[in-house]
Amino acid sequence: MTACEIKKDIYWIGAVDWDRRNFHGYSLSPQGTTYNAFLIKDQKNTIIDTVEDRFAGTLLCNVAHVMPPSEIDYIVVNHVEPDHSGALPALVKAAKPEKIICSVMGEKALKEYYDTTDWPLHVVKTGDSLSIGSRTLRFVETRMLHWPDSMMTYVEEDKLLISSDAFGQNYASSARFADEVDQAELARQLSRYYANIVLPFSSVTLKLLDEFGKLGWPVDMIAPDHGLIWRGEGVARVLEDYRRFALQKPVNRAVVFYDTMWRSTEKMAHAIAEGLFEAGTPVRVMSLKSDHHSDVMAEVFESGAVLVGSATHNNGVLPLVSGMLTYMKGLKPQNKVAAAFGSYGWSGEALKHVTELLTAMHFEVVEGVRAKNRPTHEQLKACVELGRTVAKALQAKIAAS
Amino acid sequence: MDKYVCNVCGYVYDPAEGDSENGISPGTSFDKVPDDWTCPVCGAPKSEFTKE
Repeated sequence: MTACEIKKDIYWIGAVDWDRRNFHGYSLSPQGTTYNAFLIKDQKNTIIDTVEDRFAGTLLCNVAHVMPPSEIDYIVVNHVEPDHSGALPALVKAAKPEKIICSVMGEKALKEYYDTTDWPLHVVKTGDSLSIGSRTLRFVETRMLHWPDSMMTYVEEDKLLISSDAFGQNYASSARFADEVDQAELARQLSRYYANIVLPFSSVTLKLLDEFGKLGWPVDMIAPDHGLIWRGEGVARVLEDYRRFALQKPVNRAVVFYDTMWRSTEKMAHAIAEGLFEAGTPVRVMSLKSDHHSDVMAEVFESGAVLVGSATHNNGVLPLVSGMLTYMKGLKPQNKVAAAFGSYGWSGEALKHVTELLTAMHFEVVEGVRAKNRPTHEQLKACVELGRTVAKALQAKIAAS
Repeated sequence: MDKYVCNVCGYVYDPAEGDSENGISPGTSFDKVPDDWTCPVCGAPKSEFTKE
C-alpha cells in the first residue's frame, strides 16, 4: 500500500503487516496489523510516527511518493515502542530533520533505544504547541496509555487527532478508514486490542477522556497507530466505546475456561455452562488447550462472569491455567463475578489456589465445586447449580450497578 | 517509614532504598522527597503517589 491522502496535504505513509499473527509476543492478531505513520505537507514538512524497522524501506518509499525524504523538516515521535520508532534511525538518516519532537519520557526512551548523539531532540509537554506553517500541532502527554512516553498529536486546523496506540486495532486492510471494512469484525478487533493492551490503564483512559472533553477540541478524525482511521460518526462511536471499555460495567455474559487431564474438569465446565445458560446468562466455554490466552482474555473482557477450571496437578494448578491467570491478573480486569472448579485425584488443592487468585483480582467470588476423579451425577448437578448461582449473582450485580 | 505507590504506573517508592539515580538517598522518607521529584518510571508528579 502506497501513500494515501487522508486530508488535504496529510498522507498516511505507514505499512500493512498482512501476515503478522503474533503481536508483540503475547497476543494473537488474527487479522494482521498496520503501523500507521503520517506526513503533513506544510512550510515545515512533518512526519508523525514511523513503522517497525523491517518496514523502514516501505516507509521511505511512501514518503518518496509525496516528496523527497530530504525535504522532511520535523519528525514527531508519539511513542517509542519499536513498532512505531523502529524505522526512525533510517528516517533520520534520510531526512536529516531540523527537529525530532518527543515527550520528556520519550527522550529518555529514545536515548536508551538508539544512538541519538546527533539527533535534534526537542522535548514537549502537554499544552505545548508547534507551528508548522499554516497548521498548529498541539501535544497531549498520555503517560501510561500505554507506556510512560506515550503522547498524542492534535492537528488543530484539520481537527485531526493522531492518537498513537489508543483507539487502535490490529487490522491489516487495503482500506484506510474504519467505515470501509466489516463493522462486526472491526468491533471485535477494537475490543480485543483494548482487552489485551489498554485494559490495565483504564483509569488513565477515563481521566484522559475527561481532560480531552474539557479541552473542547473539535475532532473529526482519529488516526491511531494501528489499524483503521476513524472519521465521521466513527469518531464519537470510538470515544463512547473507550468510555464503556474503561468503565468495565458488568454485562450479562459469562466465560468458562479450563484445562483438564482426563476430561473430568471438562465435564464440570459443560455442566456449569448449562446452569448459566438456563438461568439466563449467555456463556462461552473455552479450553485453554484450544484457545490462546489472548483469545480467552478478549472473552473475559466482554464477560461479567468468569469461571475457571483446573484439575489438581502435583498439588497445584495446571500450567495453562496458571499462565492464563497470571496474564489476566496483569491486565487488571474489574467488576467480575467469578468461581473456581475442578477435579482431582488425591489432595485437590487447585480449587483453593484458583479461588485465591480470583479473590486477589478483587472479583466477587462464589464458592466453587470440586470432584474427585470422575464427577458423579450429584456433583455435576452441583456444577449446574454453581452456574445458576453465578448467573444470579451477576444479574444482581448488573441490577445494582 | 511508609512506602508510596505511583497511581499511574505502579512503581513503589521505598524510603529504605530512596531513588539514588535521581539524587534521593536511602533513608529519605516520602515527605522529605522534594516536591519537584517525579516518578522515575513514568514521570508522574509526587501528587500521584499514595501510601501503600
